[in-house]
Amino acid sequence: MNIFYLPRRDAITLAVFALVVLTMPIWLVPFGAAYPGLMQKFAIFAIFAVGYNVLFGLTGYLSFGHAAFLGVGSYTAVWTFKLMTMNVIPAMIFAVIVSGLFALAIGFVSLRRSGIYFSILTLAFAQMCYNLAYSVLTPITNGETALQLTINDPRVLDLMFSERGAGLPSPSLLGQGMSGIEAFYVVAVVLLIAFYIAQKIFVSPFGMMLRAIKSNQTRMHYTGFNTRPYALTAFVISGMYAGLAGSLLAATDPLAGAERMQWTASGEVVLMTILGGVGTLIGPVIGAWLIKYFENIFSGFNDAMLHHTFSWLPQGAQDVVVAITSKFVGEGWQLSLGLIFVLVVVFLPGGVMEGIRRFSSIFRNRREPGPTGALKTSPAE
Amino acid sequence: MSETKGNVVLHVADVHKRFGGLHALADIDLQVEEGQTHAIIGPNGAGKSTLLNVIIGKLAPSSGAVVFDGNVLTGRKPYEINQMGIARVFQTPEIFTDLSVLHNVMIPALARRDGAYKFNILRALERETGIRQEAEAMLEDVGMHSRRDMAAGSLSRGDKRRMELAMCLIQHPRLLLLDEPTAGMSRHDTNTTIELLKKIKSRGMTKVIIEHDMHVVFSLADKISVLAQGRIIADGTPDQVRGNPKVQEAYLGGAH
Ligand SMILES: Nc1ncnc2c1ncn2[C@@H]1O[C@H](COP(=O)(O)OP(=O)(O)OP(=O)(O)O)[C@@H](O)[C@H]1O
Ligand SMILES: [Mg+2]
Repeated sequence: MNIFYLPRRDAITLAVFALVVLTMPIWLVPFGAAYPGLMQKFAIFAIFAVGYNVLFGLTGYLSFGHAAFLGVGSYTAVWTFKLMTMNVIPAMIFAVIVSGLFALAIGFVSLRRSGIYFSILTLAFAQMCYNLAYSVLTPITNGETALQLTINDPRVLDLMFSERGAGLPSPSLLGQGMSGIEAFYVVAVVLLIAFYIAQKIFVSPFGMMLRAIKSNQTRMHYTGFNTRPYALTAFVISGMYAGLAGSLLAATDPLAGAERMQWTASGEVVLMTILGGVGTLIGPVIGAWLIKYFENIFSGFNDAMLHHTFSWLPQGAQDVVVAITSKFVGEGWQLSLGLIFVLVVVFLPGGVMEGIRRFSSIFRNRREPGPTGALKTSPAE
Repeated sequence: MSETKGNVVLHVADVHKRFGGLHALADIDLQVEEGQTHAIIGPNGAGKSTLLNVIIGKLAPSSGAVVFDGNVLTGRKPYEINQMGIARVFQTPEIFTDLSVLHNVMIPALARRDGAYKFNILRALERETGIRQEAEAMLEDVGMHSRRDMAAGSLSRGDKRRMELAMCLIQHPRLLLLDEPTAGMSRHDTNTTIELLKKIKSRGMTKVIIEHDMHVVFSLADKISVLAQGRIIADGTPDQVRGNPKVQEAYLGGAH
């Protein structure tokens, strides 16, 4: 009867998650990551990963093209700013709708195949979108230069109520500018809503059907389910999440470029999900945070800083160590990311979440010794 | 002996199935009457599973048609055929190995209630108390209630089959197809399953059962068709079939 109901456990998760997200400006300080630009990215890419996980984590369909929807969301948002209003709400709504339509079309075709063929199809579509954005559709996307706001944009809704200002306008919400810490809080609240909706999906009969598709699609058919529309719905939902994330990227920095749709960006969300833990709700969020954090930290390192870090070593050794490690930072930060990814997949196939589970079960067994520890194979809870 | 034709629910009409050069089913004509248990027996490779695959829509016949309750099944998708009231237990269990036993049984119940597709995210699964109680009662019936929280993949072979049977029964199908439902079960489990299948019989569900175990066949079947090399070589009541010399030769004599 209560449509907002969440099982107790998930309600607690949501409360803790909200606390963690909203106190980021405090607990990120010791990590040197408590500045608004990075925190906005944490929240935005968490939305992207949570949505992606609705598809990949629940149905097992591995899409290699979700950056296309991120890009579509950004373009739609910037066009909404240009044509209608600088208010971010319409931009978000249109971005979700348009990316949902793209996902419907791409998913409709791609889901005719499964396994690796599905993945290749999504990759092909995403590369097509990228190329369209980069060259063919330059009147809409502004190609290489990226789509930007200009002083002479129509902004019909805004200009009905106020005069055209002298400078370039910036996105806003209820009169509040979308920059700095305020923007982080706006994005964080959107993340919490998106996370809650994903939780609703996970605990719903619909979510169970998606898991069942991943587990045994044949049985689903002989049990009377038309699995195609189930998978397509999941695909569209995840596309909408990507579009929402794209619109928030545009809202915090009103610019949309084609590189946002490149296959590396599609691969990144796959990495985030696997790194954190496929099929868990929190996992992809942690994955997104780790990757964005490392991207920031490692890419910010340069040789001088390395020399400083390793200054305790004798000169010769120091040069060697710096020469090696410098390949893994700065421009080469993705080498470090690759290394971390390999380590996680080899040693913790369930991602960071599996690590946490293992760790906490060791802890639990130590606290309540006895026969329960031995019989740990029975169900969770 | 007397042809007291009840209501024919399933009619397999002149079905042929070829796999390349192999004539897996030849000229199959089979009529199953409402409420009866129709056994199909025959040696390995006779085409028994292929026949079920044709009925359930997994394979298209090379020629001929399958009619269920006046509707032609041939050409329909498996999920449509299930929604029309046909459920199947497979020769190798088709189950959701990484979901719990309880969820395995709730899913088919949701298929029956909500149809082939429903975007249902407002009510949490754990609030589906009606479906849940139904599933628990079903598990009680097949004697698996105590294992409801286990992952289905970790069940024994016999338990997987029993659970798959529960998954089919909870849909209250009009026609239940069983491909060797007792294979891999201990004698004790086999007997429990026979009892269970007899119980469903009294509820009037029509069943087509493939079985190697003659004990099972003769204690359950109203009618038996004997399949050998893709052809029906005999059919009739258990007594008629038992006495048929062709059957003795093709099947019963050799194997048992
Ligand atoms: N999809 C297929 N493609 C090619 N040949 C097949 C296929 N399915 C079955 N066959 C062949 O058709 C014949 C009948 O197989 P089927 O599985 O129906 O036998 P069966 O009577 O169920 O045997 P068993 O008692 O061993 O289960 C066999 O020779 C088998 O190899
Ligand atoms: Mg068989």
